[in-house]
Amino acid sequence: MNQWKNFTKGLIRENPILVLILGTCPTLATTSSAINGISMGLATTFVLVGSNVVISLIANMIPSKVRIPAYIVVIASFVTIIDLVMQAYVPAIYETLGLFIPLIVVNCIVLGRAEAFASKNTVVSSFFDGLGMGLGFALALGILGAIREILGAGQIFGFELMNQGALVFVLAPGAFIALGYLIALVNKIKK
Amino acid sequence: MEYILIIISAILVNNVVLAQFLGVCPFLGVSNKVSTSLGMAGAVTFVIVLATMVTFLLYQYILVPLNITYLQTISFILVIASLVQMVEIILKKISPSLYQALGIFLPLITTNCAVLGVAILVIQKDFTLLQGVVYGASISIGFGLALVILAGIREHLDKLNVPKGMRGVPIALVTAGILALAFMGFTGIV
Repeated sequence: MNQWKNFTKGLIRENPILVLILGTCPTLATTSSAINGISMGLATTFVLVGSNVVISLIANMIPSKVRIPAYIVVIASFVTIIDLVMQAYVPAIYETLGLFIPLIVVNCIVLGRAEAFASKNTVVSSFFDGLGMGLGFALALGILGAIREILGAGQIFGFELMNQGALVFVLAPGAFIALGYLIALVNKIKK
Repeated sequence: MEYILIIISAILVNNVVLAQFLGVCPFLGVSNKVSTSLGMAGAVTFVIVLATMVTFLLYQYILVPLNITYLQTISFILVIASLVQMVEIILKKISPSLYQALGIFLPLITTNCAVLGVAILVIQKDFTLLQGVVYGASISIGFGLALVILAGIREHLDKLNVPKGMRGVPIALVTAGILALAFMGFTGIV
């Protein structure tokens, strides 16, 4: 029951993007289509789960003064793993996400969960926390990517819905505007 | 000429925040007031230029000769984190007034993805050291420009009656979107 709660809180109630507003850089940069957003979300989920599990295991051994650099090394190792794996097996997606794969290191969600949750909780709880937060991140990225793809290109996952879209939503300005209205909508529903 | 192209492209055409989405967190976080945004812009410039130089030398003279370039991400982020800490300690000692102005922003910069982003981009683009430094400085100026403009607009937005759900981050994002539209007008000048 408790683990279920750890898992679901990241999905909606404490959604990292729509509610906590963390990690906006990859959110804006990689959501030009739904599939790109979801891929980025899953890559981040892998890093979150891995670093959460390892950090919860070693948290007691690390002197508290050097804990942040130690956490960063753990996170950076998992980022390097996913970076090399994606480069080898899904080169097309790796190419589109580009710079933002190594930049998962500085995504505030990952370090934030390590410091706020994994360092104080058991391995199993940390695993579910990381999984929930990561999938919540992927969910929000998927929604934003879908909105931008439908409005901007008139298609979803490559299926054509309309003849033409407003190109601006695929470009940089559309990312800011779409995310702004999405967060406003979530704020409205919350009340 | 080549340097002028790098400068114009980094500041206006491919603005780091509005076109490349690097450093959006501090862009939204410290753009409430023009004065704090100037402080942040100063601190970011300082760290980016320094970090670009150090990571470039590290890559060319340690990672490449030892054939361990896959350690790029890990080594760069460690260098940046320790650099920020060192800058903080040195500034406190030699220039307390500058430390007062920039101090509170320094710890935040480690997680500013623009710093790591620029370090990686300089390697990807095969720049020389001087080109890298010019590029880093121009990126920071672009960041400062976008930050100060948004802060100026947000100061005025505070006085307006914004719908409840839109207050804070959402309206700032929409404003940034319109700003990005304006910057798109520079496309094609280089």
